[in-house]
Amino acid sequence: MAEEKKGFSHDTIERNTLLLIVLILITVSIGGLVQIVPLFTIESTIEKVDGVRPYSPLELAGQNIYYREGCYNCHSQQIRPFRDEVERYGHYSLAAESMYDHPFQWGSKRTGPDLARVGGKYSNDWQVAHLVDPRAVVPESIMPGYAWMKDRPLKYTDIQDHMKTLRIVGVPYSDEQIASAKADLEAQKNPDADTAGLMKRYPKAVVANFTGNKGVTEMDALVAYLQVLGTMVDFTKYQSPKQLQQ
Amino acid sequence: MAQKEKDALSGVETTGHEWDGLRELNNPLPKWWLYIFYVCIAWSLVYYVLYPAWPLGKSYTKGLLGYSQREELVQKVADGKKAQEKYLTAIAATSVEDIQKNKDLLAFAMAGGRSYFNENCAACHGAGGQGAKGFPTLADDVWLWGGTTADIYKTIQHGIRADDGDTRGTVGIGMTAFGRDGILNREQIGQVAEYVLSLNKRSTDAAAAEKGKTVYDENCAACHGDSAQGSVAVGMDVGAPPLVTANWLYGGDKATLVETITNGRAGVMPAWSKRLDDATVKSLAVYVHNLGGGK
Repeated sequence: MAEEKKGFSHDTIERNTLLLIVLILITVSIGGLVQIVPLFTIESTIEKVDGVRPYSPLELAGQNIYYREGCYNCHSQQIRPFRDEVERYGHYSLAAESMYDHPFQWGSKRTGPDLARVGGKYSNDWQVAHLVDPRAVVPESIMPGYAWMKDRPLKYTDIQDHMKTLRIVGVPYSDEQIASAKADLEAQKNPDADTAGLMKRYPKAVVANFTGNKGVTEMDALVAYLQVLGTMVDFTKYQSPKQLQQ
Repeated sequence: MAQKEKDALSGVETTGHEWDGLRELNNPLPKWWLYIFYVCIAWSLVYYVLYPAWPLGKSYTKGLLGYSQREELVQKVADGKKAQEKYLTAIAATSVEDIQKNKDLLAFAMAGGRSYFNENCAACHGAGGQGAKGFPTLADDVWLWGGTTADIYKTIQHGIRADDGDTRGTVGIGMTAFGRDGILNREQIGQVAEYVLSLNKRSTDAAAAEKGKTVYDENCAACHGDSAQGSVAVGMDVGAPPLVTANWLYGGDKATLVETITNGRAGVMPAWSKRLDDATVKSLAVYVHNLGGGK
């Protein structure tokens, strides 16, 4: 725009609508490109680690309840690379570990503890007892109770639609996974079921009758989700930051 | 931008821009603000050179300092470990019983154990080891899986009915659901509950308790012992509690006993050797042993 510089003045731009529009477009697009272009290379910012898989249907239903109840208002799912956090919660979170979360649950607003690695930290019974009445097990807790969730039937007639929608935004659910979604969801809540297919499609899924109810309830789904958080990557294989290069 | 012109009313210089007779006053940014703004720009240039800044497709500019938050963390963790090295290596090399006898190691293990207990164990067992319904008290002398330091160490390492090859008990298997699985009928469950109450001198139906003894001997004694002394006293590693007691894990009233016998119980404790290193687990064992009930 060298030729404009010569006669550059507010007058020139403000009296020439077309020029004004073109210059506005250029300015805005620079701002946009700075924010958008790095997203095209998002693949290169996600660590290549083994083990991270899409959520099983029951875990996915649990995640939706986690979103619905606004658990993120008090709990983050992001362990930052600081010594105090790592010694308290475990290995710092990787981008890869939340690549199938839509939306992700990072954050630093913690009224309750970080939940990025809560999976397996407590027993299923504790998770249920704690959700029903947090103060029954942690007297100083200020978390609300979710007792009603224990017996409220989970609505999962649309679970395949959830999975198909996530596939559109890049979660690699296979046709097989979508086809067997309902069976997998029910199998994960039934320890007596044949779970070979479920475990093959979703390794490390926690199978249990979480609430002891006959049907699948919302709390079953939520606990299944909590129990898988942060457990997918085997960190004994990744000891140094060098091994976690993108 | 012709000649400088002052607005008659406010006495402020105008920019010379005019729209339909309206003129714009020229109120420049305060100097202090402007200079801070320039300094920020200069600082950002310095930052770009020294620290990681710009994305370059598959990589990014690393900066002259080669700073990496993750490398810094590794260094800080290593520094922290080094400061405690003397104790950590000694604890790792010493058996849990001998840690108890060594004053220095005991003090270190208790201090560290307390922090790790509050973060990892207190959620179930309570901040003082007081326990909760279904989660054993650690400050009393009832131990379902043994109360010596070595027992506690093993339990913390491998958990109870946990996803670990050496776990205590068997994954997914706890007390049988005598009612749900159709082994005992309602009447028999009521009788055996009454018998358990009678052991504690709380029975209100002597006839039922009498019949319950037969049911007990046939179904319960294998794990809980002939005189209901619990599996530890019998020498079995199944976690069946003594039933002549004032300490009930789930409750000792008749309704809870019937519920327990009907549906069974199978408490689970995670295996902590997967999450915590050995020195930490040992410190925890020593700490728990000293909560008040260690044997």
